Amino acid sequence: MIPERLVNAILFAGLIAVPLCALVADEPFTITLVTRAVILAIAAVGLNIALGIGGLVSLGHAVFFGLGGYAMGVLAFHAQTYTPLNLGPLTIAGTKSMPLIWLAATAISAFVAWIIGLLSLRTSGVYFIMITLAFGQMFFYFAISWSTYGGEDGLSIYVRNGFPGLNTLIPIQFFGLSFIILSVVLFLNARLQASPFGLALNAARQVPARVETVGLNPMRLKLVAFVVSGAITGLAGALFADLNRFVSPTMFSWQLSGELIVLIIIGGVGRLFGPVIGACLFVTLEHWLGGLTDFWHVFLGLILLAIVLFARGGIMGLLTGKEGTHV
Amino acid sequence: MSDPILATHNLRKAFGALTATDDISIDLNEGEIHAIIGPNGAGKSTLIAQICGGLRPDSGSVHLLGRDVTSDSTQARAQAGLGRTFQISALAMEDTVLENAILGSLGASGRPWRFWQAALGDRTLRERAEAALERVGLSDLRDTRCGSLSHGQRRQLEVAVALTLEPKAFVMDEPMAGLGAEGSKLLTGFLDQLRTEAPILLVEHDMDAVLALADRISVLVYGKVIATGTVDEIRSSPEVRSAYLGEDA
Ligand SMILES: Nc1ncnc2c1ncn2[C@@H]1O[C@H](COP(=O)(O)OP(=O)(O)O)[C@@H](O)[C@H]1O
Ligand SMILES: [Mg+2]
Repeated sequence: MIPERLVNAILFAGLIAVPLCALVADEPFTITLVTRAVILAIAAVGLNIALGIGGLVSLGHAVFFGLGGYAMGVLAFHAQTYTPLNLGPLTIAGTKSMPLIWLAATAISAFVAWIIGLLSLRTSGVYFIMITLAFGQMFFYFAISWSTYGGEDGLSIYVRNGFPGLNTLIPIQFFGLSFIILSVVLFLNARLQASPFGLALNAARQVPARVETVGLNPMRLKLVAFVVSGAITGLAGALFADLNRFVSPTMFSWQLSGELIVLIIIGGVGRLFGPVIGACLFVTLEHWLGGLTDFWHVFLGLILLAIVLFARGGIMGLLTGKEGTHV
Repeated sequence: MSDPILATHNLRKAFGALTATDDISIDLNEGEIHAIIGPNGAGKSTLIAQICGGLRPDSGSVHLLGRDVTSDSTQARAQAGLGRTFQISALAMEDTVLENAILGSLGASGRPWRFWQAALGDRTLRERAEAALERVGLSDLRDTRCGSLSHGQRRQLEVAVALTLEPKAFVMDEPMAGLGAEGSKLLTGFLDQLRTEAPILLVEHDMDAVLALADRISVLVYGKVIATGTVDEIRSSPEVRSAYLGEDA
């Protein structure tokens, strides 16, 4: 068994080393693949806060991924067409600045997570899964019919958005930016998990009745977790859209919500680097097997099945001998 | 005499045709242990759930420190000074003993919205939790995962978590259940001391403990309190003897 910190350190080092090697070998596509894994990992880290600590099985986290994506798409669209964006009483200009786009993506995701959380946290178990799924579908169909921004066809952004002092069109620079965000998000997650809030949330997942009898409100703890979770996944959505320079309604799809859950389960539920392992494996399989067969998801399903049956702690659990959290 | 710390007035709760608590009025005074006894299904846990806020009564009211808390949430009642232990241990099994106790300190502090510094590194939270663990004799097990504690140790931890709240009144649902003779004796001694800090409403099946501890006993049968009195009064009550204590009481 390997200590968890060592596994984390190896993963962290690997995520830096692979793109640097690819840079030396002049393989920009590999850098883009790793960037994709990093961004999916950010989204899954976000979900892991709700799912792994809070026990909230959200089958609607694509809502936030999509909102982040469209926050980027809409702002960049108005910037590249030099048209103002009318928000009811407010008219703002579009922007190609990543920091502003990230701010918008996290803010709107947090706000929508708060609304969805208020409405869905009254329920639990299968009902919670169904309600979050329903919200996901609502946003999906809304995006399809939103013809201003491409409807079903989605929306292309011609030039990747900018970050002060960087040339984001260079793959290694955009990778660096994404990787730093992943690092920050992981750091915040670690602090949150060990904090008084994290301790209470962790207990609210396991024994809400106990949390109530010490005078704390488990629902409110979970609501805050859901908001933080949604905001992080929304940020990942903005990055994902920038990576592809394209947003489409598929970012809202329930399949994407499901994939985020699957990669957390494969990596290790409630474990800090579980989503990172899951995302790396997911992108690797998608690339290698996806090139061989259109049915590569079958293999993902088999891995998931094996994990659920034989390794409840996911790959992280196999490596460290520790179980994941139980949802 | 001063006002009771905790009181119920005509509490009634029915599950369909079954009236689980039928017009129950009991009170708990400073410094006392008031035991609630009665056969299985008498309505003891239902009564406790209404006192602590898990169940809304159909009618009647609950008063804590002279204030009507009937429509207050469980959290609000805990904050107002109600400390509860569960009949079936309700603990975070994946967490350590210390973490479970710290949850109690955190509730007592009323400040869970802290996202940055480590809970285990917070002196105030930790000292309160450690003091409670010390009192129930679980200090050595502070880093043990709750899931690997014995049944008796879990019961002790239940009490410790309630202690961290420094409540104005304790409500304990069968704290001795499954403890064994030795454990019951230890806990009996402990509760005997504890009553001077805050009075205890004690639901208990272990008659030795009840007879040793109770200042007053209320006997609950089919949802009704059929008698309230001192240990001697209850022992000599013909109603109680026929209804509950059986022939050799
Ligand atoms: N949620 C419920 N729904 C229906 N009946 C219940 C419920 N809770 C308790 N009861 C019934 O109410 C009666 C009293 O139960 P309870 O308060 O648990 O008794 P005690 O704790 O004294 O053993 C029992 O007959 C029980 O079956
Ligand atoms: Mg009971």
